[in-house]
Amino acid sequence: MTTTALRMTGISKAYHGVKALDKVTLEVRPGEVHALMGENGAGKSTLVKILTGLVKPDEGEIEYYGKPVRIDGPQAALDLGIAMIHQELNPIPEMTVAENLFLGREPTRGPFLNRRELRRRTRELLAEFGFPLDPDEKVGKLSVARKQMLEIIKAVSYNAKLIIMDEPTSALSDGEVKTLFQTIASLKGKGVPVIYISHRMEEIFSMTDRVTVLRDGQYIGSKPTGELDPDRLISMMVGRPLEAIYPKETVSPGEVAFEAAGLTRRSVFENVSFQVRRGEILGIAGLMGAGRSEVARAIFGIDRLDEGEVKIGGSPVAIRHPADAIRHGIALVTEDRKELGLVLCRSIQENMTMASLPLSERKAFLSRSEESRVVDELAGRIRVKMRDPKQLVQYLSGGNQQKVVLAKWLLTRPKVLILDEPTRGIDVGAKAEIYRMMSNLAKEGMAIIMISSELPEVLGMSDRVLVMGQGRIRGEFQGGQITQEQILACAVGGERDG
Amino acid sequence: MADPVSVKRRALPDGGGLSSDMIRRYGLILILLLAVIVLSIVSDTFLTFTNIMNVLRQVSINGILAVGMTLVILTGGIDLSIGSLMAVSAVVAASIVSESPSAAVVALIAGMLASGVLGGVSGTMSSRLNVAPFVATLAMMTIARGIALIYTNGRPIVVDSAAFKFLGQGYLGPVPFPVVVFVLVTALVGIVLYMTKFGRYIFAVGGNENAARISGIRVGRVKIGVYVINGVLSGLAGALLASRISSGQPNSGLGYELDAIAAVVIGGTSLFGGRGSLLGTIVGVLIIGVINNGLNLLDVSSYWQQIIKGVIIAGAVILDQRAKKN
Repeated sequence: MTTTALRMTGISKAYHGVKALDKVTLEVRPGEVHALMGENGAGKSTLVKILTGLVKPDEGEIEYYGKPVRIDGPQAALDLGIAMIHQELNPIPEMTVAENLFLGREPTRGPFLNRRELRRRTRELLAEFGFPLDPDEKVGKLSVARKQMLEIIKAVSYNAKLIIMDEPTSALSDGEVKTLFQTIASLKGKGVPVIYISHRMEEIFSMTDRVTVLRDGQYIGSKPTGELDPDRLISMMVGRPLEAIYPKETVSPGEVAFEAAGLTRRSVFENVSFQVRRGEILGIAGLMGAGRSEVARAIFGIDRLDEGEVKIGGSPVAIRHPADAIRHGIALVTEDRKELGLVLCRSIQENMTMASLPLSERKAFLSRSEESRVVDELAGRIRVKMRDPKQLVQYLSGGNQQKVVLAKWLLTRPKVLILDEPTRGIDVGAKAEIYRMMSNLAKEGMAIIMISSELPEVLGMSDRVLVMGQGRIRGEFQGGQITQEQILACAVGGERDG
Repeated sequence: MADPVSVKRRALPDGGGLSSDMIRRYGLILILLLAVIVLSIVSDTFLTFTNIMNVLRQVSINGILAVGMTLVILTGGIDLSIGSLMAVSAVVAASIVSESPSAAVVALIAGMLASGVLGGVSGTMSSRLNVAPFVATLAMMTIARGIALIYTNGRPIVVDSAAFKFLGQGYLGPVPFPVVVFVLVTALVGIVLYMTKFGRYIFAVGGNENAARISGIRVGRVKIGVYVINGVLSGLAGALLASRISSGQPNSGLGYELDAIAAVVIGGTSLFGGRGSLLGTIVGVLIIGVINNGLNLLDVSSYWQQIIKGVIIAGAVILDQRAKKN
């Protein structure tokens, strides 16, 4: 009987001289839920990629259930029974639960599918976990949590002996989270360990047995969860007190710059009203799927509003296309930078000037000299690390890409800046720079609306916080003495399962 | 989460896509030069002034089409209808000059307008009604062909106008007039693509339509715009063809879309949109032209020519994929 399921020691990995992991240790015991914590860019994903065979470590040993192993590729990881439940699940929606579970290894009779056997085995598997799924249900009709369940069962049915979950609850409702936790509990019962990656403190403290913390590619330590509290865990992750990261200065807010009155988009959000003053940062918190990004999209003219009015500087404006919003001085840094924020296959310069180009006085022709002057100036001010403004955006790091998006919007000289998850997926350094920029912009009199699911960020940066849930505003808090618990309670409050 | 990877890319001394674009672009020119050198060695006639003008005249119609097609493909679209649009323009123009032989310019403009409008219809279908460009222009391909056939009752319209014939048969000094037109069209489209806001929007829309829309670009207008330009240029090519063969044929232009698309693809423009260049397309046009001409000079059968052209298209795209990976 081995006491460790997985022991990774002295794992290092550098990408062209930049150390992503530096002598990192990870030890996971059978049947435990092990939290892997760290800021974005701390090296969690590289470590996981090494485990799943996507990346080869430069040095270090991996011991798996007592035996030294080498994980040369994804197939080797699968053979060892290491399974990753992805953030984006990809079952085939048009196939049934049973068909998905046995995809590629369908029971056959001669050359034909044996449907009866397929169903029987599926029921057996489902019963083992006590899940009330119908084997003949189309997977596309399942909720995200149930799809996850399916993936987990599938992994276990492939004899998984170690399961990795990366932010599994990011797209789940509260009720669904419960279902997921039951699934994890039943894995524990079978002795299958889980490596659990999440930024959500409540989950870490309610679900996991031990925690390993990484920071900037370094191994910081492992501790039983019971010996930690959120503050200690955060200081392990961040390595410095929070104030240093959030440079928010108090600005006395000016007149109302932006007002949303009774915004409604049927079955998405309802009667959303709020104001933002010049110099104010309004945080909008809430769970995933609360309708926050959808409100921003509608304000910006990407989606239609069914009812309600947007006022800029007190007067109502009609916004039917993002071009209208831009003309009225609104800017939107979208949540998804690759899909909505940037044209990856074009240059930094083209991306930066994209939104301000339609506004420029010149009717038809570009002014190259003007363009490069503006870009140079701005790139210097917001410190985009680049060799050349003609470099393609796709080769920049996440943090630098986000700065390009910000630069693009600053060039439109907005009065109201909406930021949707402004620091998602970027490293701590770039994060701090973006916070500093936000603080400065507010000081210059810009009205800022920040949608964020990272509570420390919401608390650290906002003058005022709105909490949304199920498409409605659930509450409003003045900055200063708000706590994470208050916001969470408000976001979750009254939400019923299903 | 992929920060370490991106850091790696940023740290690379020469990891930009620009340089791989350059390699591809110069690679293409090298292929063209190689073809020219080989052909001038194996054939005495290849590198003569007459033959070179001959090659240029032969490529000019496909060149005009490929230039328009480049704009469409850069937005992530495709236009299969250009052969039929050529026919519409050819019969419209021919019918006008057959009535009044001196109205060559009017005829030309009318032909270009007709096919421009039809191009606009394709663009509207794909951008406003969400029909995939492949399907929208496939529909337009048969509709426009039908229009050309109905307009003429299926019979060719003979052209007997010296002014109109000049378009396709005339010379400006030693240079065939269609070559002059091709050069002018290329210059004009080059200016639009690289020096105007509209040109910039074309790349943005093709690279990421959603990001372009959110940046305030009127994506629908840009798309309709490129289909209209492409339609107008197809009309120009159709009129040139009618002039060259002294007849407006409702069946002319069959299959011309394939050569145009081939030139664009050989030229390294991505069929997904957003990446590519006009220069690449011109080199693509010349490669096809030179190889066609060379194979003719070498008496290679036209059956074999088709196979060779196909191999070159496939090879170019394979090279393109490789360049993208590096």
